[in-house]
Amino acid sequence: MTFSYLLLILAVFCIAAFLIGKGRARTMASTSTLSSLPSHYGSMLALWTCLPPLLLMLIWGLVDDPVIDSLVTANLPAAVVEHGSTAVQLAISKVHNLANGADLQDDPTLAPAVLHLVELQARNQLISSGVIIALALAGFALTLGRLVPQRNARNEVEGIIKGLLFASSGIAVLTTIGILSSVLFEAWQFFGKVNVFDFLFGTVWSPQVALRADQSGSSGSFGAIPLFTGTLLISVIAMAIAVPIGLMAAIYLSEYATPRIRNYAKPALEILAGIPTVVYGFFAALTVAPILRDAGAGIGLDVSSESAMAAGLVMGVMIIPFVSSLSDDVINSVPQSLRDGSYGLGATRSETIRQVVLPAALPGIVGAVMLAVSRAIGETMIVAMAAGLAANLTANPLESVTTVTVQIVTLLVGDQEFDSPKTLAAFALGLVLFLVTLCLNFVALKVVQKYREQYD
Amino acid sequence: MSIIENHKTDGQPFSENPKLKARDVRVFYGEKQAIFDVSLDIGANEVIALIGPSGCGKSTFLRCLNRMNDTIDICRIEGEILLDDENIYAPKMDVVPLRARVGMVFQKPNPFPKSIYDNVAYGPRIHGLVHHRDELDEVVEKSLQRAGLWNEVKDRLHAPGTGLSGGQQQRLCIARTIAVDPEVILMDEPCSALDPIATAKIEELIDELRENYTIAIVTHSMQQAARVSQRTAYFHLGQLIEVNPTDLVFTTPEHTLTEAYITGRFG
Ligand SMILES: Nc1ncnc2c1ncn2[C@@H]1O[C@H](COP(=O)(O)OP(=O)(O)OP(=O)(O)O)[C@@H](O)[C@H]1O
Ligand SMILES: [Mg+2]
Repeated sequence: MTFSYLLLILAVFCIAAFLIGKGRARTMASTSTLSSLPSHYGSMLALWTCLPPLLLMLIWGLVDDPVIDSLVTANLPAAVVEHGSTAVQLAISKVHNLANGADLQDDPTLAPAVLHLVELQARNQLISSGVIIALALAGFALTLGRLVPQRNARNEVEGIIKGLLFASSGIAVLTTIGILSSVLFEAWQFFGKVNVFDFLFGTVWSPQVALRADQSGSSGSFGAIPLFTGTLLISVIAMAIAVPIGLMAAIYLSEYATPRIRNYAKPALEILAGIPTVVYGFFAALTVAPILRDAGAGIGLDVSSESAMAAGLVMGVMIIPFVSSLSDDVINSVPQSLRDGSYGLGATRSETIRQVVLPAALPGIVGAVMLAVSRAIGETMIVAMAAGLAANLTANPLESVTTVTVQIVTLLVGDQEFDSPKTLAAFALGLVLFLVTLCLNFVALKVVQKYREQYD
Repeated sequence: MSIIENHKTDGQPFSENPKLKARDVRVFYGEKQAIFDVSLDIGANEVIALIGPSGCGKSTFLRCLNRMNDTIDICRIEGEILLDDENIYAPKMDVVPLRARVGMVFQKPNPFPKSIYDNVAYGPRIHGLVHHRDELDEVVEKSLQRAGLWNEVKDRLHAPGTGLSGGQQQRLCIARTIAVDPEVILMDEPCSALDPIATAKIEELIDELRENYTIAIVTHSMQQAARVSQRTAYFHLGQLIEVNPTDLVFTTPEHTLTEAYITGRFG
């Protein structure tokens, strides 16, 4: 409520500052030459009036709740505090509920705390509004006081805008760094409990750990090799399906299909990309897997009902539109003049495609394939449903395997202690996944660059 | 200066020793007609220049001569074009050998994303003209020499063709065309992207190529037409207005439209 009022007030200030600044600049212009346009002075005044309060509002909004909570906690009845930190947290959230209008009769012991909270919140609003408006006025007054013709408002405004844009990109980068460091930190904790080499090169994956000291059971084994091979196996099968079919479909669509066919075929192909992966998952588990098993039985092969093959095949189908759509775009962007040159020498269509168009489109196609690989590695649902959860170390696509992503999910599903190796293992796996994708992208970039250098 | 309905071309559109004969050629892009009843001979071992204001159909006509217009879906052609008295639009005509016999050089140099060597070797390879590496080397060297590029690239035959300068790229494209040993070479504004020095080199080259090939060149430069061609054909809004020996066209044009164009009153 107050928040939106504050924003409204700031907006009004902003417009007013702009107009005042512009007007002041106009009057100055009659007596001396300005270094910028009047509207630049207006913008400058508006920015200095509104930006600092907005920034303060942001920071204030982030810190005020924790501060208030800690003040309330300090004044909680001793009876509550005695029961430890969980009880305190519970009480605090109860106080919040009560303050928001729940029935006070519920818990009379908390009544003073509720009153305290309400009072603090009211005071917080008053202070914050006051400080923010004061800051806006101060910024306005300070800038207006120094609004002289020599001041280069144009450069100043440009500078501020550049700063804003930089801050936005900074947020994206910082978020990434934040996520990465959290993963790194948790993974570090995991490697404190489990040896790095045991994790990276161990061949047995069975993450069940005894939850309590008195519980019987193994201490867990965190050898991730079966997960890596499972991921690799399924990805390879998927790519073996998706790359040739996707590429050929793209070539057909861009080089052979008439515009009419293209208008129907391209969206139809792209529908494949819109099907939720869960649907692919049960298609794989309930349709493809039984077919494979029956076919295997027919020729005397023992196919597990959950197999890497079923998951890989269906995942391949799912990825076809990624490859075809992106490749289609890059093939289309190969200039017509290259094709003309080839036709002009008497080359046939397929010669032209193989020897001129595809080499010219290769960087884009490599990019498309790399994207598809990341997609295959990251895919979870289909594998969970069709390939099973058994961490078998095998190269046989007819057996059931599991992948890194599926294990991350299973590790984190259900009630877990947050510092048990089982939970932390998820972060270690996440880290590995991140590093692998990073390497893939890096390699793809290098390949594309090398190719560009050669043929640009 | 309006166009006469069913205009008959002024001058000498026919030749005694024709290599290519176009008869009543009409070209349509969808509903729109771009070429109106053009009849023209291109003589063996002559260089003919096609000139005219932008959009008058020079490129369209040129592209008819080796059926490059087949690659444009909406393009339709009526009439006959005879190469050595054989109709190239006859149903049994195969465009692959046809385009090997009638090569084309384009306005913008368009080297393939391959090495210089492979660019030149491309044609001979796809047509199976050579059987040994030595022969291929020889063809590549000879073609590059004829295109006047050999000395500049002989130590970097395996560098990408796209790394050459614009003028070198255009000569590479000419070398690529020569390598399949065509009988006719069509050039669509081959120098419009080049500086005067590169242009001079290519004009010199055209003059030399005349000994062995028949050449049709589209150009916007009157001087270039005057320097390289023996006959000049003037197109206007899809009609062939006048064809005459080049020196005549530029000194005493027969048709008022031709005169208006070459004296720079429009175009
Ligand atoms: N692919 C196409 N589709 C539809 N119309 C076309 C196409 N190519 C050319 N045309 C039309 O045909 C007419 C002749 O075009 P053309 O390219 O042959 O002219 P030009 O004489 O080569 O011009 P310029 O000197 O500018 O190259 C123009 O009106 C043009 O708009
Ligand atoms: Mg043209």
